[in-house]
Amino acid sequence: MKDPKSKSAAPGKQGGLNAEIQSRIGHQLRAMYDDVVRQGVPDRFADLIRKLDASDASPQIGNADEKNDGRE
Amino acid sequence: MPLTNALRDDILASVPSLRAFAISLSGNGDRADDLVQETLLRALANIDSFQPGSNLPAWLFTILRNLFRSDYRKRRREVEDADGSYAKTLKTQPAQNAHLEFEEFRAALEKLPQDQREALILVGASGFSYEDAAAICGCAVGTIKSRVNRARSKLSALLYVDGAEDFGPDETVRAVIGGSGG
Repeated sequence: MKDPKSKSAAPGKQGGLNAEIQSRIGHQLRAMYDDVVRQGVPDRFADLIRKLDASDASPQIGNADEKNDGRE
Repeated sequence: MPLTNALRDDILASVPSLRAFAISLSGNGDRADDLVQETLLRALANIDSFQPGSNLPAWLFTILRNLFRSDYRKRRREVEDADGSYAKTLKTQPAQNAHLEFEEFRAALEKLPQDQREALILVGASGFSYEDAAAICGCAVGTIKSRVNRARSKLSALLYVDGAEDFGPDETVRAVIGGSGG
């Protein structure tokens, strides 16, 4: 443990990473990711798909907002 | 296959995870949503090339990743997410303590090489198998496994080795990995 090259203690033993650290990394990664997933589908994308769907025959993508389906 | 209602619904259902992937890749919420939008347009324009019964999320993720990479090459070295715009995209702010830890984690993730970061996210967060992740990234399964392993080592060195900041990530990783080399 007094290896002059390693200023600070390396986690776990050599080679394999400490399982606890790995599980923390896994948790944080998923927490970060799931925070976004939980936001669901923003209107922007639901509208986009709906519009493309409505204009099925003519694949016009460029012109947005003239139609507001669904509500009212 | 043609765009059926079911397929359209499946595409919509993939949007939340596409966004999460895009944000983790780019570290920037606005840019991520542009990326998702472009992915959807690209997917719908090429819907005929989608094989019914194959993995739709994997197909969409592949499109998004390719768009990101070509975009990334153009924008290389442009402004990163210095002001934490990623955090602003989150509706639910984590509690104070958790928030700090979260920021630290996000910063560490951004220090990973792109190949390693995407492999780790696909396998560790999106829940793809190594095989799917390999298909998405267009590389061998073994390559994905080693990228994921290197990403984990590097993250753990960045986050959990005291004083890692003092001598920089590369030194840290060398120190940790060097110990296991022989």
